[in-house]
Formats: sequence, structure tokens, C-alpha cells
Amino acid sequence: MSADPTKDKERIGVYVCHCGTNISATVDVENVAVWAKDKLADDGVVVARDYKFMCSSLGQELIERDIEREGLTRVVVAACSPHLHENTFRGACHRAGLNGYLCEMVSIREQVSWVHTDKIAATAKAKAMIAGGVERVIENEPLESLHVPIHPDTLVVGGGIAGIQAALEIADSGNKVYLVEREPSIGGHMAQFDKTFPTLDCAACILTPKMVSAGTHPNIELLTWSEVERVDGFVGNFTVTIKKKPRYVIEELCTGCGICWEKCPKHVVDDVFEAGLGYRAAVYTPFAQAVPKYPVIDTENCTYFQRGKCRACEKFCPTNAIDFTQTETYISVTVGNIILATGYDLFDARRVVQYGYGRLANVFTSIEFERMCNASGPTNGEIVLRDGVTPPKSVGIIHCVGSRDRNYNNYCSVICCMSSLKFAHLVKERTGAEVYNFYIDMRTAYKDYDEFYQRVLEEGTLFVRGRVAEVTDAARGPGEEGKIIIQAEDTLIGKQRRIPVDMVLLAAALEPRKDAKEVAQKFGISCSANGWYTEKHPKLDPVATMTEGIFIAGAAQGPKDIPTSVSQGAAAAGRVLNRIGRGEIELEPVRATVEAAKCSGCRICNNLCPFGAIIFHEDLMVSEVKHALCQGCGTCVAACPAGAISGSGFSNGQILAQIEGMLMFDQPANLLNLAEMALA
Amino acid sequence: MSEPFEPVIIGFTCNWCSYRAADLAGTARVKYPPNVRLIRLMCSGRLDPTFVLKALSQGADGVMITGCHPGECHYIEQNYKAMRRYLLLRRTLAQMGIEPGRVKLVWASAAEGVKLAKEISTLVEEIRALGPLNWPGRVKMATGGNGTAVSAHISQEVTA
Repeated sequence: MSADPTKDKERIGVYVCHCGTNISATVDVENVAVWAKDKLADDGVVVARDYKFMCSSLGQELIERDIEREGLTRVVVAACSPHLHENTFRGACHRAGLNGYLCEMVSIREQVSWVHTDKIAATAKAKAMIAGGVERVIENEPLESLHVPIHPDTLVVGGGIAGIQAALEIADSGNKVYLVEREPSIGGHMAQFDKTFPTLDCAACILTPKMVSAGTHPNIELLTWSEVERVDGFVGNFTVTIKKKPRYVIEELCTGCGICWEKCPKHVVDDVFEAGLGYRAAVYTPFAQAVPKYPVIDTENCTYFQRGKCRACEKFCPTNAIDFTQTETYISVTVGNIILATGYDLFDARRVVQYGYGRLANVFTSIEFERMCNASGPTNGEIVLRDGVTPPKSVGIIHCVGSRDRNYNNYCSVICCMSSLKFAHLVKERTGAEVYNFYIDMRTAYKDYDEFYQRVLEEGTLFVRGRVAEVTDAARGPGEEGKIIIQAEDTLIGKQRRIPVDMVLLAAALEPRKDAKEVAQKFGISCSANGWYTEKHPKLDPVATMTEGIFIAGAAQGPKDIPTSVSQGAAAAGRVLNRIGRGEIELEPVRATVEAAKCSGCRICNNLCPFGAIIFHEDLMVSEVKHALCQGCGTCVAACPAGAISGSGFSNGQILAQIEGMLMFDQPANLLNLAEMALA
Repeated sequence: MSEPFEPVIIGFTCNWCSYRAADLAGTARVKYPPNVRLIRLMCSGRLDPTFVLKALSQGADGVMITGCHPGECHYIEQNYKAMRRYLLLRRTLAQMGIEPGRVKLVWASAAEGVKLAKEISTLVEEIRALGPLNWPGRVKMATGGNGTAVSAHISQEVTA
């Protein structure tokens, strides 16, 4: 076949697993083993066995013993998916002194016995696949894992609760962390909230100490009002360029006394932190407990920047900390690992036109309501209508606005049921108003959440199960005059209902950051179709990504609440610390290599690599693949017109041999003749 | 004809999405016809069109190329390269007198076991409708009787 005739013939062992009856019920495994030893003997198969559970220690010992006694040089295991047990069998080979990469797995469970019913056809397919595995393994080469040293510093992007937690965990272990935040202060969405479900502890009370720890920690370098501009390098040794936006305030001199924002004559609506409900000066910190305490000047609204005069802040600053001449600066840091905790954006409730947000004054979004409830917010914690004084007598809370809706997002935003229940409780507690919750399904999983739901039920909040059709101010009768009417089907009684209320709260969906895809690309990770960062494994590896050295935490990976965000922040930190502790990382040796002698210097491959792993040596006119950067996709291997690039683990030789092997027992006679003719 | 024609199809899968979709189809016991034999690549971008020609020339009646959905590639954008190569390959096949429908590109994420199974079933029926490929006969027609020329060319390219 494709094997080099001058080469010594390999001695191959084929092991066919029954997997209890998982495989043997559909594939005649004994027959397959006998067949392999007979029909594949010419290809080097000297041992073929079937065994109840190949992955058991006895099964593994079987392989180890054959390697030692029969002098096997290659092993094929026909069992489950390599994603499950490839490492198991590589380990068995390794223990018997055979390089683990000389072992090949054939998936006859996931791809044969579990998906087919006809025993004859399934057995035939298993044979074809094993023949492919045998032909391929002949072409396998022994490989060694790559070892890459890990720089002990870490970059955390995003200063919300997940990022703060991750930074603190790593910093507390004695390692340096750069915490980058694009807003003037860390704190993220959690800093905007009033109470947190289900315990109703005050968000600021539990968050502020963590923010202060992060701000004062000797191992954390806080880079707020900054953004990551560029990421170069690879796991263990990333070079990150960070843009520091000008604050126009000299941090070394500023004491955070607040005189500047008191004296600033300009007041603008705060669309970010106060969600458009409150005002701030043109020189500001987003909130009183901001970390760091230094303000920034918003040049778009600053009278001096717009009209060339004012400079009130500069005049009154007691420490001369205002500096209008500051410009953007760029700093470059070297880190071994990166944690992305960039959070979420809130769904724009205006998109659901029929709910009237932006048109009807007393329709509020969840974040507006959070600010309204907050004692340091624009209404000092008073729950009032848009006029700023009247407390509502009735409030309607609409769940799933932009979530679980084909028109916007199919997914569940996870937190809205609980935060809506929290709103219901707060409205009741503070105003005594009648509260209606409109829900599709009540989702109160996790510890103490359902108990909170029971509590809100007992407090007398009314629940209407059904999606709201419309929120309108068009009254149909005297009872609806001056009210906002919520029209919804109550699916539990099977009736349409019109419920007039004074105030409507929309539980808006959590969405990926607008620039999530751009950020993902910058860091070389991928996003799901919805735009959430994709984890390495949805169950077993939720904070790692496919890109070595880049981890994710918090809502950037998908909607989640505070406890889960904190857990993920800590989990990501744990993963990073484990690498820092070891000092190096082992990488799969699936890499591309350019054979310089064959490279014509055409540079076709140079632009194909999304990781920038291919460099071109102008002097030698050849390209080179940097192994630590190469992720092993093989696109360059497929593209090289000279065949100068080889991909270890997935070489042309291996794949072509596998194709040939898979088809060699189907070939009609005339095809074989043709092949002989071609060889002649 | 005594037996119905059972096409042989080689499927190329991406390690991160479609191979895992095949795993998932297995775990979920989703049934599909046994005509497709899957080969794992690290990425659909690894697919050298030669692999497809090799499979067709060695007796496959059809080839399935699978990868991550556009925008979801684990290697950022290499599936777009697979898509370009696929389009060119279809044109080449048509020039060789081979129905382009024998090669199909399918996007399947790691979560889409059911979709992958469905696509396999559909392709098997499509290839069944096209009938056996009969590569030697086709090559003879395309080269005016000198079948070995193309075959030898391919095996050269393969070793390169």
C-alpha cells in the first residue's frame, strides 16, 4: 500500500473493544478481530484481539504486554471516541515504552454501534474504519509534547465582579496582575445594583470592600480608563499593548477630594452608570465609591474642550492635578496568561416597540429601576414615576424582554426571573403598590432562589403566566384613564387580560458586548452564534478556551448571576495559578513545520495563519512556523503549493493512507487494475 | 440489478465541531445510514482538495466536508478557507465531468449531532440518486481513453 517498501514492516496490534455490549450488540467484534488479523496481516497486523473493556486496567495491560512480548511498533484501538480515551491508550503505550503518538483510535462506538442498527452493515463499516486506522498508524510518527515556560504575570480584562475576583485570587497568591477596565472605575454592573437576590444584601456593601482590595493590592496594577489595543505572542509569553485614555487628571497629585466636580458648571445626563436617570459633571467619577478615586474629564461635554474657556476645575483644584494637555499613552506588558471577564450589555428595550419603552414615560428598564432603588442613585432610593415625585400605586413587571423570543434572542437570560422577583419585593416593601409579574416560566433554580419566590408569592405579588402582547396608554374605559395598560394572555385561565398600572418595569435580556466579536478576534478566541465567548468544553472546561493561555469568566461566556460569575472568576484564576505554579505547560505536538529546503518563498502561507505563527525570513527567502504560536489547524499545510509544510499528527501521508485504507476493501476489480497500471 | 446501490462516502470532520457532533449523535443514539466513514482533521481548513480527489479516485461515490459554522471556527476563520477551496473544487469536478453534487460542504457545530445525522442521511440519498461514480470510466471519458494520465498525476500530487 502506501508504506515505503524499503522501510521495515511495522508490527501492528489491533484491539477491538466490546464496551460491555455498547459496541458488541451491533458490531460483531470477535469477527472483526479475526478479520483484522487475517486480512490486514500484509499491512503488518500481527496481533488482533477483542476485549470486554479495553479502557479498564486489564485491557490496558493487554496492550502493554503485547507491546513488550510481541514487539509491537504501532497500536490501533477500535473503541469509543478519541476525545474520551485517546490519552488513556497513549498512556498505556507510553508505559510499555512505545511513543503514545504511535497509537491511533478508531471510533466504532459513537460512529458505528450507537448510530447504526443493521449488524452486517455496522460490522462492515467497523472493518473499513479499522483498515483506515491501520493504514494511517503506519504513517504516524513518534512525537514529543512541547514545553513552554509560563511568565508569572497575568492580565485580567474587565473589572466587574468576575474580573475583580480573578485578580484578587491571583494577586493573593503573590503573583502580579494587570487589571484593565475601560470605564473610569472598576465595579462593573454590580456597582449599579441596589440589592442582590436572594439574600437582599446591598450590592455596594459586599462589592466595595473587594473593589478597595483590588485597588490597593500591592500585586494588582489597576489600569482603568484603558483598553487592550493589541495582543501578540502566545501562551506563557503574551505581549499586550494597552491604550490608556487621557484622564486629564494627574493621578499622582489627585486626592479624589471632589472639588473639581462640585465646581464644574456643566451637568450632563449620565447614560452609563445612572442609565440616563441622573446627571453628572463633565469632570466625574461614575459613583462615590469609585476605585480608583481619580475623576476623568469627558471632553465631549467639557466646556473648555468644546469652547476653549472655563478651566474651573483647574482653578479650584487644591493640588494642581488637572492637566488638559494629557494625551493617549500606550503601555506594553508581558504576561503568561489572560483572563477575559468583559461582561455583558443590556438589551435595548426600545427594540420591543410594543412595550413602549422610550415612548411611554413610565416604562422603565431593569437597570433604570436598579438605579432608582439605590440609595445613592438619582432618586435617593425613592421608587417614583418619571416625574420624580409620585410613587406608583400599581406596577407591572414584564419578564423575558428580548430573551426567549425568536425575534431577539432565543436563550434565557438566567437572571431576569430572580431580579424581577427582587423588584416585586422592593416595590411592595417601599411603596405598598400592587405588583403584577408577567412571566413565561418561572426559573428559580439554585440555592435559596425558589424559597425567595415563595416569599414574594406570600407577600401578595400577583403572577400572570403569559407573554405580554402590548403596553399602551390608549384607555378603553374610565378605569384605564391616565394608566398604562398591559395587555396579556393569562394562559392559566385561558383569557386575555388588560391590567392598568402606573409603572412598567422591563426585565431586559443580557446580551454579549457589542464589540465581543472584535475582542474575541483580538485575543484569538471564538464566539458562539449568539456572540458569547466559547468555552473549551461546555461542561468540563467552562473557563478555558480553545486558545491556550486565554481564559474566560463571568457573563462574557453567557448570561449568569453574581455567585456564578464569582465562581468562574475564581475558577479561571485557579487554572492560571496552576500553570504559574508548574512554571511551564505541555502542549499537544500537533504543529506545522516548514521544510526549508522545499520552501520556495512564495509566501502564500504567510497570510493564511490567523495566529501570526508564520514568519518570513527575508534573508533566506523561506517561511518558518513558530511552534509556540501554531495551533495546529493545518490550513497552511493544505495550502502550500510546494508541499513544504508538514503537519505533525495530521500529515498528508497519514490522511491519504487513512482514505486509502477505508476504501481498500470496496474497490472494484477494475480500479485495482488501474492502480497497478499507474504504478507500472 | 439485484441489490440496491449502496454508496460509499468519505466524510472529513473538524476535530472541534463536526467530529464532536458525530460523538454527540452517537451519545444521543441518533440513527443515520452506515454509508459514511468519517476522517478527523483538526480543522476544515486542513482539507487539501487532493484528499477529496483521492477519495473519489479510490472508490468513494461521494465526499462530505464538514466544519464549524461561519464565524465559529476554532481557528478563527479557517473554515472560510475551506469554503473557498470547496467552491473551486466543485468547479474543477464539473470540468472533469463529475457531478459537483457528489461533494458537499456542511456546517455542524459540536451541539448539532441531530443536524449532522440528518445531513448524512440526505447526502446518502442524493448520492444514491446520482448512482455509482465509476471513476475509471469517468477519467477515461475526460482524458479521451488514457485513464492513467490523471491517476498518475494525482498520485504524484499526493506524494508531494
